Amino acid sequence: MATNTAAATSASVRPRAAMGPWREALGRLLRNRLAVIGLILVILAFVTAILGPILAPFPYEAQDLKGVLANGGRPVPPGVGGHLLGTDVLGRDLFSRLLDGAQISMTVAIVVQVVVLLIGVPIGALAGWFGGRWDTYLMRLTDVIYAFPDLLFIILLSVAFRQTFFGQALNGLFLVFFAIGLTSWVTVARLVRGQILSLRETEFVEAARAIGVPDRRIILRHLIPNGLGPIIVAVTLGIPGAILSEATLAYIGVGVQPPRASWGSLVAEGQKYIRGDSHLVIFPAVAIALALISFTFLGDGLRDALDPKLKGKQ
Amino acid sequence: MATYLLRRFLWIIPVLFVVSLITFALMHAVPGGPWDNEKRLPQATEDRLNAKYGLDKPVAVQYVSWVGGIVTRFDFGPSYRYVDRTVNDIIGDGLPATIQLGLMAFAVAVLLGIPLGIFAALGHNKWPDYISTAISIVGIATPSFVLGILLIVIFSVNLRWLPTNGWDEPKQWVLPTIALAGFPISQIARYTRASMLEVTRRDYIRTAHSKGVTNTSVVTRHMIRNALIPVVTILGPILAFLVTGSFIIERIFSIPGMGRFYIQSIAQRDYGLLMAMTLIYAFAVAFLNLVVDVLYAYIDPRIRYS
Repeated sequence: MATNTAAATSASVRPRAAMGPWREALGRLLRNRLAVIGLILVILAFVTAILGPILAPFPYEAQDLKGVLANGGRPVPPGVGGHLLGTDVLGRDLFSRLLDGAQISMTVAIVVQVVVLLIGVPIGALAGWFGGRWDTYLMRLTDVIYAFPDLLFIILLSVAFRQTFFGQALNGLFLVFFAIGLTSWVTVARLVRGQILSLRETEFVEAARAIGVPDRRIILRHLIPNGLGPIIVAVTLGIPGAILSEATLAYIGVGVQPPRASWGSLVAEGQKYIRGDSHLVIFPAVAIALALISFTFLGDGLRDALDPKLKGKQ
Repeated sequence: MATYLLRRFLWIIPVLFVVSLITFALMHAVPGGPWDNEKRLPQATEDRLNAKYGLDKPVAVQYVSWVGGIVTRFDFGPSYRYVDRTVNDIIGDGLPATIQLGLMAFAVAVLLGIPLGIFAALGHNKWPDYISTAISIVGIATPSFVLGILLIVIFSVNLRWLPTNGWDEPKQWVLPTIALAGFPISQIARYTRASMLEVTRRDYIRTAHSKGVTNTSVVTRHMIRNALIPVVTILGPILAFLVTGSFIIERIFSIPGMGRFYIQSIAQRDYGLLMAMTLIYAFAVAFLNLVVDVLYAYIDPRIRYS
């Protein structure tokens, strides 16, 4: 009986102790109205991107030339001939092309942050844990990367390697992902370094070292779980920046190659018809804005939820 | 302080050196050169051109002579595309418009962003806050090129109030400046709001209230002065954004600044022009950050650099 009670108590207590801070953070996140809107929009964006090819009423490159001719050689306006958002001057369905573009933007959102984590976390952890020479190298490198205007560096890299195999991979997108990741990892590296520097001085890490826990285990079991919050926030808030960079590059013609189009290149194309058919520029522009807003809301909400002390700060 | 400033300023030099080295290496690492056209030039012509511009020498020699020219004569060398013009000429022509655009956008961002943030914080969780937050969200979510195009659609195409492009008269400055300032306005407003709200809870504000200082006086003399100190720190990144972000606005509104040459110079492998522009941008970013740090120490006597 007594053992039963003990088992029941530990069973009901242990999961809460393990999940506590994260569950609490989730609760705080779900109470934040803007964050929930952001979360819903983000999920919607990913679902749209994944199901895009199924949801699209037309293949993105299919041309409805009859529709264009019927309109006197001009883009089909929204709502005509089964084209929800109209077509461009070649008769390609704008809604279908936006869905295809969503795939590109959401891939940017994930892949760039994976690159950022893969580079930023190990380097930041090395600098924070071992300090000394490693730390100096990281800080000097950071100075150089911060001084390099990032958009210019991305353009430089993308254009310079455009003709190579590297530049052709994934329809020109691989290089763009890589270049954006390369300019954004420093923030995460600095953050990880800072986290580790402050956590390694805490009593629980000291206690772990005192009882002889190896470095690797301290990093994996104590430092990473405790320092994870700010990193999740930084990664989420880095996503709108990455989407924006890709859109900007596509707008000036760097990155994805026709007939595929990213939202940025759709804006660039639409700009030519700004006088008569402004729907061609307005819809992709709204798509970009919505994506940026939803990730920003979610990131702000996560920051408030994961680190109440930081509430309201940038 | 003086030593610190000098050290920070001198530190810009190795940074620029590394930036120039990376740019130079990238441009030379890939096939193709400045003479590539749709029609290939005869080999003899190409050789003569290479010899004239020193492109036949080893890459390291080219780099050293280029850096030498800048350091000794402030000469960025010839442009390989605009045959009769030097890089200095081209940049000299474009720089004034770029600087003017950047400064105007900066002024607009500060003059609108700070009051917007203060306004939001004073009406916390009431309509001023909601209006200001809504403006900030739109500003943060709308890329400058999208904002620029939407402004053209509304004010040039539909309302016909302002011209779509050009840079000769003040009327043409309005839309590009707003388009470029949109994002910084929101950033500054958000930051000012957060900083004001933070200050409101401080003990010295409560003290000021309790000793009978008028509300206006508490806000202007105590809250705003203290709240603006952290806002200065984001002015550096914002200036950097304005410097490098202007090229896309210049492109949309056909402004004769130096930004429009950038993409062109990469695509055409106009090494001289490209490297000069990268260096100028990098210098601007590093230098402006330094200026902001100094400003920060100046307005907040608690900060001392050593």
